[in-house]
Amino acid sequence: MRYDVIIIGAGVTGCAVARALSRYDVSALVVDRESDVCEGTSKANSAIIHAGFDALPGTLKAKLNVRGSAMMDELARDLDIPFRRNGAMVVCWRADDLPKLQALYDRGVANGVQSLRLLNGDEARALEPALRDEVCGALYAPTSGIVCPFELTLALAENALENGVRFSLSTGVTGIVQDEAGFAVTTTRGVFHAKCVVNCAGVYADKIHDMVCEPSFNITARRGEYMLLDKTAGGTVSRTIFQLPTEMGKGVLVSPTIHGNLIVGPTALDIDDRDDTATTREGLNEVRRASALGVKDIPYNRVITSFSGLRATGSTGDFIIREDEKVKGFVDAAGIESPGLSSAPAIGEDVLEIIRGILPLREKESYIPTRRGIPKLAGMDFEARQRLIAARPEYGQIVCRCEQISEGEILDAIRRPLGAKTLDGVKRRVRAGMGRCQSGFCSPRVTELLAREQGIAFEDVVKNG
Amino acid sequence: MDERVSLAIIGGGPAGLAAAAAARERGVEDIVVFERDTRLGGILNQCIHNGFGLHTFKEELTGPEYAGRYIEKVRQLGICCETGSMALSISPDREITVVSREKGLRVVRADAIVLAMGCRERPRGALNIPGTRPQGIYTAGTAQKLVNCMGIIPGREVVILGSGDIGLIMARRMTLEGAHVQVVAELMPYSGGLKRNIVQCLDDFGIPLKLSHTVVDIRGRRRLEGVTIAQVDRTGAPIPGTGIDYPCDTLLLSCGLIPENELSLTAGVALNGATNGPLVDDRLQTSVPGIFACGNALHVHDLVDFVSEEAGRAGTHAAEYILNGGHGAGPCVRVMPGEGIRYTVPTTVHLGDGDDQVRLRFRVRDVYKGRAIRVTSGGEAVLLKKRRIMVPSEMEDVAIDRRRIVDGDLRVEIVEVEP
Repeated sequence: MRYDVIIIGAGVTGCAVARALSRYDVSALVVDRESDVCEGTSKANSAIIHAGFDALPGTLKAKLNVRGSAMMDELARDLDIPFRRNGAMVVCWRADDLPKLQALYDRGVANGVQSLRLLNGDEARALEPALRDEVCGALYAPTSGIVCPFELTLALAENALENGVRFSLSTGVTGIVQDEAGFAVTTTRGVFHAKCVVNCAGVYADKIHDMVCEPSFNITARRGEYMLLDKTAGGTVSRTIFQLPTEMGKGVLVSPTIHGNLIVGPTALDIDDRDDTATTREGLNEVRRASALGVKDIPYNRVITSFSGLRATGSTGDFIIREDEKVKGFVDAAGIESPGLSSAPAIGEDVLEIIRGILPLREKESYIPTRRGIPKLAGMDFEARQRLIAARPEYGQIVCRCEQISEGEILDAIRRPLGAKTLDGVKRRVRAGMGRCQSGFCSPRVTELLAREQGIAFEDVVKNG
Repeated sequence: MDERVSLAIIGGGPAGLAAAAAARERGVEDIVVFERDTRLGGILNQCIHNGFGLHTFKEELTGPEYAGRYIEKVRQLGICCETGSMALSISPDREITVVSREKGLRVVRADAIVLAMGCRERPRGALNIPGTRPQGIYTAGTAQKLVNCMGIIPGREVVILGSGDIGLIMARRMTLEGAHVQVVAELMPYSGGLKRNIVQCLDDFGIPLKLSHTVVDIRGRRRLEGVTIAQVDRTGAPIPGTGIDYPCDTLLLSCGLIPENELSLTAGVALNGATNGPLVDDRLQTSVPGIFACGNALHVHDLVDFVSEEAGRAGTHAAEYILNGGHGAGPCVRVMPGEGIRYTVPTTVHLGDGDDQVRLRFRVRDVYKGRAIRVTSGGEAVLLKKRRIMVPSEMEDVAIDRRRIVDGDLRVEIVEVEP
């Protein structure tokens, strides 16, 4: 098959590029080695839309974060995904460190972050009573937000798909060669040809790059471990509470999630195995220890799950978003670690501008900028929910009791284009199994539905992969 | 237009059914049972082993047979049971928001409510076991449902963490279904399940039980490939160098049950931190007037027979509340868990001159041999009961003459037996 553009990687970056491209009259294909979108770094992170005060002024991280964050309100409306600017604080409990807060403030102002304020300890505690008495200062960023990274990525992908981008999942790239027409991309599902290749391969971006280009950067997998607490603990803090950043990252945060849980983490440890998302005793202990430094009384007895994610840390220290100098038509969007989620829509725009220099881009009249999500009955007002159930009774049959997710929503998750094929796929789309029993009660029924809808045996339904 | 009922019972398992039957027998006409599953009986439906009903029916029944007796009774009494109906929330003035496929979303107002939602199992995530997150890790109850209700064997090489009763029962069930159960590891220095289950489910099948051991690592990317089990010290921390690898494709977890009270919280019902169940008085009434609780939603029981008995009392008290237009407030005393007692149900008892018995149920903190249960009222002993052995896995149950209770704390404690 011949395409104008092949995007390697169906994480948030790849899907943002795909959606940006889908506005134009080009043929595009997204490939990913996993069976679903959002299976790598995009699925296991802090789920924060950062305000943008962390990165050094002038870097891509700084520019794209601030721009990406500014795009998020409209994007969330267009794509029908939850997003809330809950605000963030960087807290400090040593008087010696107060100058670092000031430096962070100055950096944020230089980056163009709006409404930043420095608070003393009492002012900070007035806003967030769970902060420790030792907290002596805070940088307050009201524009920081929280989002669901699964829904963001899925929504970008679904909207791209609706506008004509094709997806080939379970398709691992094994080789790329440049030819007279552009590139031949060899995959586990055959060879695809394109004039332009965009490398959004996360922790494997250097490997993909090196298949066809001179090595110019390395990616290190930097693992971060997290704990997720029950919704009854979600109100411990209302804003995202950061600690002063270090060279390993933004430190351990404590934050409500967009769905009302409490997330604490991550740790930061560089590892060799780029698929090793195991948690460790040491890591989880570190999450507990470090999160308690700024916030008191975190109810760790209400942890419902722990997980780890891998940041794709690039050797240049900044995002790597450029067309290769020698191999024209090969575009990297690599080293997309934090603030990658926040920057994704802006990265999509920047990559689009690069592609504009490679291919002619003509806007389509048929472009549909909006996407409707799966209805979320648990959050609806009474009458709207009643009407929906009357129209489709499956919405009245609760399958996941913890998150109050109906059979109708689960069927939607499976039946939609790019629909769920696995238990984790259902979980990420509609949260069945995401709650406090962690799928103990609902997984047998969800498995039955997955088997029935896909016409496969119960035993052949898998958790992931 | 709101629907109204006299009594709404949330949950059609053994507790809800017994409460419904008792309330009807006490004279309440207008009762509805909301059951979220597609059939009545609750978790008993997946408990196909025998051993149920020895106290209640003086015979040994399977779980579905035991449930069947109560389902039949409720049918004969003409009590309305709505299956596939889930209560989403309850307001403090007892307006229940219910959703179902057939009737959609609606509000039902009840004069009294009995909470009988049961409990859930503690999942892997809540146990903070490090490692990967592959397929093949199930709570014992989920595995029980797969095997007994759906005919699915979740795996062939099995390790079980936790010696709760469902874990023990599943060790036997998986063995009978042809799987190989390598070991049961238990964090505590004593079993979490009944002695008879250790004998009948592990010993009879040569399955080793490793006390003071836990899973410290889980391996496998897509499918579980193995776990590491290590010995723990007295604080529960793994002892370095004691880890043994067990290649396996299935890990079952039987590490504790948690009463399900998220619904209770929507009504403003106060919970007991020690049980995660509602705080109740000796009428099994919660902190919200007209809302009662029983069964495993109140506290985790060891035998269903005790659930039925307790739920019957909850149904009777709810009926009296409805028929009398509320309970008189009346003076109460507190029940305090003393030495060796983890919690008590109830936590408050009404003073009165009735000739009835006040039932106190509780669990002990540790294994006690040759000790006694002492209950004091206002400092005076009102009960001393010698027990050969008391273990945390078995619920204790004592009864006290109400007339002996005076105005002062009731205290339950474990004491040395005087020679």
